Amino acid sequence: MRYLIKKACMMLFTLLVVSLCVFLAFSLIPGDPALRQLGTNGTPEQLEALRQQMGLKDPLPVRYGRWLLGLLRGDLGTSYVYKIPVGSMLAEKIPITLSLALISFVFMVLISVPLGIYTAKHKDGVLDHIVMVLNQVIMAVPPFFAGILITLVFGMILHLFTPGGFISYKKSVPGFIGYLIAPAFAVALPKAAMAVKLLRGSVIDEAAKDYTRTAYSRGNTTNGVLYRHVLQNALIPVITFLGMALADMVAGSIVIEQVFGIPGISRILLTSINNRDYPVVEAIIMGIAFLVIFINLLVDVIYRIVDPRIASGDE
Amino acid sequence: MKKSKTLRLNFIKKHRNAFFRTGLIITGLVVFLVLLGLVWSPYDPTAMNGEEKLSGISLRHIMGTDNMGRDVFSRVLYGSRVTLLIATGTILIGSFVGTLIGALTGYFGGLADDILMRIMDALFAFPSILLALVFVSLFGTGTWQVMVSLGIAFVPSYSRIVRGEFLRCRDMDYVRSARLQGASDLRIIFLHILPNVKNVLISAILIGFNNAVLAEAGLSYLGIGSQPPHASLGKMLSDAQQYMLSSPVYVLGPGLMIILMVLGFSFLGEGVRE
Amino acid sequence: MNGEIILTVTDLHLVFHDHDTPEIAVDDFDLTLEEGEIVGIVGESGSGKSLSALAIAGLLNRKSLKKSGRIIFDGVDLLTCDRKTLRGYQGDEISIIFQEPMTSLNPVKRIGWQVEESLRIHHPEIDKETRKKKAISMLEKVGLHDPETVYKLYPHELSGGMRQRVMIAAAMIGEPKILIADEPTTALDVTVQAQIVELLKTFNRDYGTSIIFISHDLSLVSQLCQRVMVMYQGNVVETGTAEEVFSEPRQAYTRRLIAAIPKIRL
Repeated sequence: MRYLIKKACMMLFTLLVVSLCVFLAFSLIPGDPALRQLGTNGTPEQLEALRQQMGLKDPLPVRYGRWLLGLLRGDLGTSYVYKIPVGSMLAEKIPITLSLALISFVFMVLISVPLGIYTAKHKDGVLDHIVMVLNQVIMAVPPFFAGILITLVFGMILHLFTPGGFISYKKSVPGFIGYLIAPAFAVALPKAAMAVKLLRGSVIDEAAKDYTRTAYSRGNTTNGVLYRHVLQNALIPVITFLGMALADMVAGSIVIEQVFGIPGISRILLTSINNRDYPVVEAIIMGIAFLVIFINLLVDVIYRIVDPRIASGDE
Repeated sequence: MKKSKTLRLNFIKKHRNAFFRTGLIITGLVVFLVLLGLVWSPYDPTAMNGEEKLSGISLRHIMGTDNMGRDVFSRVLYGSRVTLLIATGTILIGSFVGTLIGALTGYFGGLADDILMRIMDALFAFPSILLALVFVSLFGTGTWQVMVSLGIAFVPSYSRIVRGEFLRCRDMDYVRSARLQGASDLRIIFLHILPNVKNVLISAILIGFNNAVLAEAGLSYLGIGSQPPHASLGKMLSDAQQYMLSSPVYVLGPGLMIILMVLGFSFLGEGVRE
Repeated sequence: MNGEIILTVTDLHLVFHDHDTPEIAVDDFDLTLEEGEIVGIVGESGSGKSLSALAIAGLLNRKSLKKSGRIIFDGVDLLTCDRKTLRGYQGDEISIIFQEPMTSLNPVKRIGWQVEESLRIHHPEIDKETRKKKAISMLEKVGLHDPETVYKLYPHELSGGMRQRVMIAAAMIGEPKILIADEPTTALDVTVQAQIVELLKTFNRDYGTSIIFISHDLSLVSQLCQRVMVMYQGNVVETGTAEEVFSEPRQAYTRRLIAAIPKIRL
């Protein structure tokens, strides 16, 4: 428990550092947001007034403090381009992107865990060899290309879903999830391939250790040794990967949204980058940073549950 | 008994070479095509031809033409060059800066190490394509900007790897004896330890290449990177997607090229790692 | 020593087929074990003593290893019976402890869980509470202080000697007829070695468990065993009572082994 509090404090500190870096980066780059917003046909007086209004005339620390306080209160700032609160721009998009990432994650686990265990158990079998070769190829396919192929084959030829026919979760939750299945597959595939490879290796390594002999000596079946003894040990190195994969899947989702025409945060992020609409970009980065750091915390906690050696190591 | 052992070794060697050789062949093919594109391509990659939009595979256009009647093969040649260039630049920047940071922090330790590594850990956990997007939004889009952005995004992974190796090596006997002989810290870092982490670094660079190619393709698919009319593999794919039903062939050219690039490097990496 | 014979091993051959030429690891190993007897098998590493022990425990499953001969226990040949029958004996009638207490326990499972495992597998009818009580009393019996606490600990929280005690507790919880101890003290320091040997003696006396004690340490074997077999390069070169083997060794190899014992410990 004490450890958890310590970890959470560290997480807050990291977030603070990230927020400072983000703020500084976007404040120090050349270019005057007020000028860009006004365009070239404003008078110098108008420009000055706008700067005043946007708070650009205050010293940096004051602006940082204001921005940070705003973040804490849930005020993500105002879009330079659309002049509306960033929060309201993102509110409806975030659940979509997160759902896609989560469904992808579930797919990855559902594919990789059974396959990893199976290939390890039947090492050098026919299926093992097939899976290993497939893995290598799948890892080389960019997710968006996989997405395009899936659209072509399952959407346009087999008509299993309607490409571009996104259904909002407000209209129908099953329809929403149904549409996300194909894109989630595209996001999950390469990660699943890596996870299979990792888990297979890990299970094979663990199965060669002394304690499995002990387990057999007590009358365990092969499956008993595998599921009651080996698996928990084999998962330890995989957990870090799964955590990072979850973070990667948020990024992957942003790309895949473009492929399948899903109105998540992808479009907003890209247009904001192209328009240099910094408040929006900053808000999205901070959101993802929070997510990434939170996932790290989660991984840490799971680690301590699965591997008791770590828990007593730092107490 | 002895004979069988050498036989087995030979078999393993052959097996490993198979990985390495396949990688070499594929990468060789890719590099050949890219070099070829430098001096010759069937058509001007930007020349449009209104008569021949979205034509399928033919002798005149071995990968067909795009929606503006441009020759896809010529554009793939050009696009692969850009992708390869950006990937190379990315890895150079990432591995150089990463090695520098990793070597210094790993060797000296201390407060700077703590702070830098905390930042690197936070950055490392950040998906590299998003990190690159952040930097692109700072630097602007364009070939060089993308290269630098991706390069910075790749720094954390290299610095972590190199730092780990330096931590492992810094108290080894050969380092101690070098220190006793009065070698300076910099000399020890670059002349004594660095050659010993070479193998780890090479394998990381090959794996990094895959990720760089994939990341570049992803960014250019999102429309970030080299701007039209210049070809990029990712942008071609996003164009091709719109004409997928009428011309599914268009998707394949650039897609397969990306897969070949990544596959080649991943086989090479697999071969070297063992 | 006039108990009935519970284990008969005859003509045990173990041959590895990893390479082109087969490698004979154990060549004609014979053993009879009486109820309540402690038999020692000594020999240097590579002599085949541990492999023979693993074969008796049914733990040699490598495809490249050809096994022949007979291992008769309870009227069943353990070498040829089906896996299910073999598993029925493992951990229940025949238990084994190993040389490496540091790695022989599963690092992510609690001590109690591991000690109880044989009971869970072979006697699912025993309820949880009874099982726990048995495990704790077994932990106490092997000389662990505060067994209630140890029950909840993980292997890394214990020393090597404590872990070997846990291994013994786990092996003995089913009150097996045979305990195979494969160099159980080699990885431990001398004072702990003596304690473990004492512990094995206690179990032999109190439970009537027959013990096959494998070691390269003649002085330990002479302290513990009534009967001794000396193995050399896969062959049993000498058998007899402990006194016979140690006072009048017939083989040159045994003489050399005895000469190698530090005098102060004999």
